Amino acid sequence: MSPWWWTPIASNWGFIDNTIIITFWITGVVFVAVILFTAYCVLRYRYREDRRAEYEPEDKKLEWWLTGLTAVGVAAMLIPGLFVWNQYVNVPPGAAEIEVVGQQWQWSYRYPGKDGVMGTSDTRLISGDNPFGLNPNDPNGQDDVLIEGDDLHLPLGGPIKVLLRSIDVLHDFYVPQFRAKMDMVPGLVTYFWLTPTRPGTFDILCFELCGVGHHAMRGSVVVEKKEAFDGWLQEQETFAQTMARVKQGSEQAANLALNAATPVAAGARPTR
Amino acid sequence: MVDAAHDQVDFVPPAEVGEMELYHPKSWLTKYVFSQDAKVIAIQYSFTAIAIGMVALVLSWMMRLQLGFPETFSFIEAEDYYQFITMHGMIMVIYLLTALFLGGFGNYLIPLMVGARDMVFPYVNMLSYWIYLLAVLVLLASFFVPGGPTGAGWTLYPPQAILSGTPGSEGGILLMLISLALFIVGFTMGGLNYVVTVLQARTRGMTLMRLPLTIWGIFTATVLALLAFPALFVGAVMMTLDRMLGTSFFMPGIVQFGEQMQYGGGSPVLFQHLFWFFGHPEVYIVALPAFGIVSDLISVHARRHVFGYRLMVWAIVIIGALSFVVWAHHMYVSGMNPWFGFFFATTTLIIAVPTAIKVYNWVLTLWRGNIKLTLPMLFALGFIVTFVNGGITGLFLGNVVVDVPLSDTMFVVAHFHMVMGVAPILVVFGAIYHWYPKMTGRMLNVPMGQIHFWITFLGAYAIFLPLHYLGFLGVPRRYYEMTDTSFIPQSAETLNAFVTVIALIVGVAQLVFLFNIGWSMVKGKKSGPNPWRATSLEWQTATTPPGHGNFGPTLPVVYRWAYAFGLPGAKDDYVPQNMHPDQVAIGDTADLSGTAAQPAE
Repeated sequence: MSPWWWTPIASNWGFIDNTIIITFWITGVVFVAVILFTAYCVLRYRYREDRRAEYEPEDKKLEWWLTGLTAVGVAAMLIPGLFVWNQYVNVPPGAAEIEVVGQQWQWSYRYPGKDGVMGTSDTRLISGDNPFGLNPNDPNGQDDVLIEGDDLHLPLGGPIKVLLRSIDVLHDFYVPQFRAKMDMVPGLVTYFWLTPTRPGTFDILCFELCGVGHHAMRGSVVVEKKEAFDGWLQEQETFAQTMARVKQGSEQAANLALNAATPVAAGARPTR
Repeated sequence: MVDAAHDQVDFVPPAEVGEMELYHPKSWLTKYVFSQDAKVIAIQYSFTAIAIGMVALVLSWMMRLQLGFPETFSFIEAEDYYQFITMHGMIMVIYLLTALFLGGFGNYLIPLMVGARDMVFPYVNMLSYWIYLLAVLVLLASFFVPGGPTGAGWTLYPPQAILSGTPGSEGGILLMLISLALFIVGFTMGGLNYVVTVLQARTRGMTLMRLPLTIWGIFTATVLALLAFPALFVGAVMMTLDRMLGTSFFMPGIVQFGEQMQYGGGSPVLFQHLFWFFGHPEVYIVALPAFGIVSDLISVHARRHVFGYRLMVWAIVIIGALSFVVWAHHMYVSGMNPWFGFFFATTTLIIAVPTAIKVYNWVLTLWRGNIKLTLPMLFALGFIVTFVNGGITGLFLGNVVVDVPLSDTMFVVAHFHMVMGVAPILVVFGAIYHWYPKMTGRMLNVPMGQIHFWITFLGAYAIFLPLHYLGFLGVPRRYYEMTDTSFIPQSAETLNAFVTVIALIVGVAQLVFLFNIGWSMVKGKKSGPNPWRATSLEWQTATTPPGHGNFGPTLPVVYRWAYAFGLPGAKDDYVPQNMHPDQVAIGDTADLSGTAAQPAE
């Protein structure tokens, strides 16, 4: 953490940093030039009783020159900027998909599972048992891996398309070291993409005001080697497994209620 | 023959229509309270705006205390903090700056500078102020309702703004929306007045291309406001319906805190489009009057004509027009279709060209001038430096891909405070130091003004330069507290504490200014009618302060532009707009006030 430079980058978006640096130098030179010239004028042309200001209302040549030079400077910043933006909005083919879900005031994550395809989802389907609102009848969603209340894990080195979803208000998923961000809007699925380039654990912050807990909406992302990531993902429960457990749990709960009502069966304890 | 704006004419044709009749007050109440005199209305607007601005100042202290010294003040909870930032932002942008520039300076200066006796609809003008006052009172009332004022951020983004996770979602947000709607109604009444007065009530010889740039700035800003505020108005009405009647204009299907809500099918991004379709022109509604006024301050106090007047006028008009096609640069990461980024980044950076031209021409006005470092000039110079700074950081944020890491960081806070906070406020101060003698007949105290300038100017930099840096580090805005992160160095906390201390000092320095206003009204040096030896019509009135009707028995006749400083062949270094060409060489100012008959034509 050097206080003399911005936060070190951990993704492929070095292009963004470069565009900032180009902008910094072009605008910096203009700023210094304008300020120095102003200072010169103020010092050189201080009021004297015996002097009159020059009367030359217009100088078309000078004005055209200044307009032209400014336009060139602006283009020198805009063109690289648009070039990089074109990369930003076009996700490279074959990028792995993950989903981040925001709600007041926590992050949850979803991986597409073995089939590589995420199941469909709908806010209307959200319930205590189905916090992501996944469609239980969608075969693509059965092997999806859901992470709640834990860190996000990302594999190093490959492009990742981050799908963004919110179930209540606006949020914004941002990791300062990644440089890339996008708002999460209820009713929409938004996205950005990145390639993590540096292993480590980084802070996730909410970057769009989302109510009184906004500043506390934090998380962590662990960027690790592909093998470590795959190992971690293997250990996670799939949506189908979760639903089965939930179903089993609710059957047991029903049984328990039944048992309580019929003392005869009270000895048959359900096992976990 | 006249082929350029700066050439003078010998003959001005007689007026085609007679003068309108003024309503003359019959009692103390109609003279000073329910007055229809634009000058009185201007002062009412200004005092109300400055009073509510002091509330915003105190709110900024509160938020700075929290940021500088987190976990120190038990009376600042997270709810309070979000309410402070919301109310601070909204008050500063709408209720202070918009009201002061258009309702205050617009009312005072338009009739005087175009050579009219008053606004064309004086009664509507009076209503405009009283509705504005009502809007301010409704806004203040939200501090006293259960749940307090809204803490949704000044952008009021739904769904958050009207849901229970946000402070003030009970009553505060409704009062905010109602107050905004009232403000817009009141503003529209005033705004129509300003536009029609500039277009229809200019005196003989005051062609559009002889208007002082102050008027061009205020006029264009008013046109923008009349076109932009309706978008906010409908947004406010639609959000009120969502909140009160359960409609879903901006509300999609939502599950909040585990509960399915009844909303469905609406679009939060739609509100953002409406808000910024208003919100971006709003930046120029504040900036254009500042551009205009500062041009005049620089010209008068540098004793030189504005350089490139025609280009300055066109730059104002082009900036105004372009300001309607850049709004979505506030929404690059909003989740709108990302392909919009190409269009809006391009339009946004194009707007930098006419803006840069204005800066060059201000500096070129100083060049080969005869510069008096009066108080208005100090503030004007402060404006140039600050505006260049704020404009340049705009080139970062406008360039879509650079905005991605910087959006919603402290860099944005620093940018908009420099460009539409500090810069226009420096112009407000400069303008008050400049026109106070006309309003009161007395000069403001100079040493007090210098203390005020240096603390405010240097203080603003001490506050906002560090915020640029924090933004580069990735420190978010609108955070009640940062707590520990892996990317913010410890020194950032010290920096925040430093910024807070400076903010308190700068705030206190404003009391020097307020004291000066009151003190000079009684003890200030008598100014006479034209202490700055300026050319525009407001300095040539029969009495100072000008009476009802502004001018003497005859209205002034305009022979030239407002920037005849250093005119070759003239006796003095300035030639008033209404001085007959025959008298330029002898510099006879006796007939300018309209008390004597104008020279025969």
